[in-house]
Amino acid sequence: MVTRRDALKALGGLVAVAGLPGLAVAAAPGTERRLVFVFLRGGLDGLSAVPAYGDPEFAGKRGELAIASPGTTGGALKLDGMFGLSPFLVELHKLYEAKELAVLHAVASPYRERSHFDAQNLLENGTGRPFGREAGWLNVALAESAGASGLALGPNVPLVLRGPATVSSWSPSVLPAPDPDLLERLAQLYRNDPLLAKPFAAAREAQGLMEGEGRRGMAGGGPQAAAQLAKAAGTFLAKRDGPRVATIDFGGWDTHANQIGEYSPLTRNLRLLDRGVATLKSALGPAWKQTAVLIVTEFGRTVAINGSRGTDHGTAGVALVAGGVVRGGRVIADWPGLSDRALHESRDLRATLDLRAVFKAALAAQLGLGEAALETKVFPDSRGVKPLEGLFA
Amino acid sequence: MNREAVIAVNRFGLGAASGELAAASRDPRGWLAAQASTPAPEYPALAELAPSSEALKEFPRWLMKLRRARADAKAMQESGQPVPRGVEESFRDHFLPIMLKEVGARLAVAATTPVPFQERLVWFWANHFTVSAEKPVIFAVVGTFEREAIRPNVGGRFVDMLLASSKHPAMILYLDNNLSVKPGSKPPPIAERLNLPRATGLNENLAREVLELHTLGVNGGYTQADVTTFARVLTGWTVGGLMNPGFTFVAARHDAGPRTILGKTYAQEGMAQGEAVLRDLAAHPSTAMHVATKLARHFIADEPPPAAVERIARAFRDSGGHLPSVHAALLECPEAWEAPLAKLKSPIEYVVSCLRALPAARQADSRALFLALHEMGQRPYFAPSPQGWPDASQAWAGADALWKRIEWSGILAARAGSGIDPGVLAQESYGDAVSEPTRLAIARAESRQQGLALWLASPEFQRR
Repeated sequence: MVTRRDALKALGGLVAVAGLPGLAVAAAPGTERRLVFVFLRGGLDGLSAVPAYGDPEFAGKRGELAIASPGTTGGALKLDGMFGLSPFLVELHKLYEAKELAVLHAVASPYRERSHFDAQNLLENGTGRPFGREAGWLNVALAESAGASGLALGPNVPLVLRGPATVSSWSPSVLPAPDPDLLERLAQLYRNDPLLAKPFAAAREAQGLMEGEGRRGMAGGGPQAAAQLAKAAGTFLAKRDGPRVATIDFGGWDTHANQIGEYSPLTRNLRLLDRGVATLKSALGPAWKQTAVLIVTEFGRTVAINGSRGTDHGTAGVALVAGGVVRGGRVIADWPGLSDRALHESRDLRATLDLRAVFKAALAAQLGLGEAALETKVFPDSRGVKPLEGLFA
Repeated sequence: MNREAVIAVNRFGLGAASGELAAASRDPRGWLAAQASTPAPEYPALAELAPSSEALKEFPRWLMKLRRARADAKAMQESGQPVPRGVEESFRDHFLPIMLKEVGARLAVAATTPVPFQERLVWFWANHFTVSAEKPVIFAVVGTFEREAIRPNVGGRFVDMLLASSKHPAMILYLDNNLSVKPGSKPPPIAERLNLPRATGLNENLAREVLELHTLGVNGGYTQADVTTFARVLTGWTVGGLMNPGFTFVAARHDAGPRTILGKTYAQEGMAQGEAVLRDLAAHPSTAMHVATKLARHFIADEPPPAAVERIARAFRDSGGHLPSVHAALLECPEAWEAPLAKLKSPIEYVVSCLRALPAARQADSRALFLALHEMGQRPYFAPSPQGWPDASQAWAGADALWKRIEWSGILAARAGSGIDPGVLAQESYGDAVSEPTRLAIARAESRQQGLALWLASPEFQRR
């Protein structure tokens, strides 16, 4: 692979590079835009993140899990007359008030069963079927775009970002950096390897971009490690010749038990997410103005509390869209209601918005993709799902 | 060295220890078959680890401490003082040394075992029945699961492994079955007082994952109603307290009565009902296909060859889930012996193959190994979900993960010094599968140390 760096070197720094794909330094205005995909794996409980306190069935069905109305002790942070935000999402609420966060409710992928793993696979591959293809829609979108590049935060690349376009990944390290001469020799060995050549070149590029930024790792996966990844994502995306798309995987949302209270895993995760977005924003600096952050999960959870103060696998839930390009400060929901009759299979929030409509809008706005590519290649056979209008400025 | 020996030692084994390729090359298939049918050796490193019953005594004590810590933290917050450590962090501080000891013992066994294929099978089945410390509550027992539920059954029947897994405290806690009780139950007052989890009804987690992941597979023919009913059947399967630290069946929590699952009605009482369902699930043809597909994907190719899957599934059905027969069928698949180096090693396979090749590398302490695996994307005992670690090459081929392997090769090569001839080492582990460019790169390296790093990072050594 010829990296941007190599290409620039080869061209001796001449400015005649505007026509080459992948050269963000000289790119058209559209490719200054950034897209961050945050995948909350395990199934975020949408009604805990965004309680529908105004729905007459909310308090009764949720029982102990019902978050109180805005203005009461421990109550939700007000969004509008129907919805609030979890009290643990204070930074996101600030973004909402600054009109840089849109909240989408009753959204789901086309998946209607309850397996995490099929649901995640379907959401990532973009075909509408579990294991519909080996590539992810975000990678296919990159391949269709005018040369923006992608990076996964973490050692490996999630399915959503795997595929024909070369992508990189990065995470901090506690190991000493490799010897440059060893790397030159390995470059020769990997040169024709179908699996390793591209990742190796991409790794060198990512390491080059992070030179001088500090790469010492945190042991384990604690809160500092999460903050470090969010910061690194912002640092990469803010660079002139950095990637324009980044993914962050965030697991641990499968809250079958004990969702409530200061110390529950759900509370802890919501706080990490909240601080993570704030950290990302601050690391992006002025580039935040050109950024969209999609925060999604594979499915929602049951509306009713289960036998252990948790919730089981459900259907529709919440997506959050943050960033300077977002027309935020609104909740977008064709609210189906929480009455028994309104629920999917008498237990789950019914889906009234297809997540692909949100993804398509983001790809159109941030990567400049047209409908033809979106409905045939990125999300095959999805003509019926139109990009959600008016989500991005 | 013949190609079959290279495949036997690397694809089915854990990478060649000194002299192993030569030993295997006399009869590669027989070398493996003997491992699949012999009893497990005594491993002193494992024998000295504490059983889950010990850890479970430790756990309630820690819960008491946790409760105090939370009260203190609240008081500190209210008085405006900074809270120094999160509760989860203190939890990890307490249990991490125990876990590191488990990690060290497990890697030491893998690095030196004379029956590496058997050890790979232990890993495979432990990953099939995943428990993960991603859920902090099982930190204390995560390492015991493999020793207590998997190892004793690798030479036995699938149904016994399924029963052992479904009754192991780590699995019960990981998938919340201790919190799944007869609907309408009242939690005991002590739960309120100690701020312990209070259960008043069903939790579907274990029931669903047994059907989807451990037995039938996601398309195996069950419905949401089967999941819910199975959850009712499994109520009462829980973990006892200080006086009874292990799996226990509590009749008072059990939702008694006849239950219909997959069209069959189970009229048994008590725990026998759940056992009967598990026995039928183990014998279901969907389970045979599911297990066979996973074995073929793990050992043969990311896209499992259909003929191999069918052969393994048939052995599963014909033998009543007798695992040595199933494992023997895997070895008989011609597809397994065709393409050498078809799969990328997972990080733990990679690290262990380094340890087997280089005795000097075994001096690394368990914390260093734990961190190296973490950095390559496979933190021991922290599988990301009940589905376990992924089994496709692409899932491990991330740019950064590869970079970490290269960093690790550099460290190991430096530690091994110049006493190792990397060309000989390559020949003694991969034989004729060492490519000409790799052979030349090692020969032309500026030092033995660099040559060794090149070999450990080479495209061949990354694969099995």
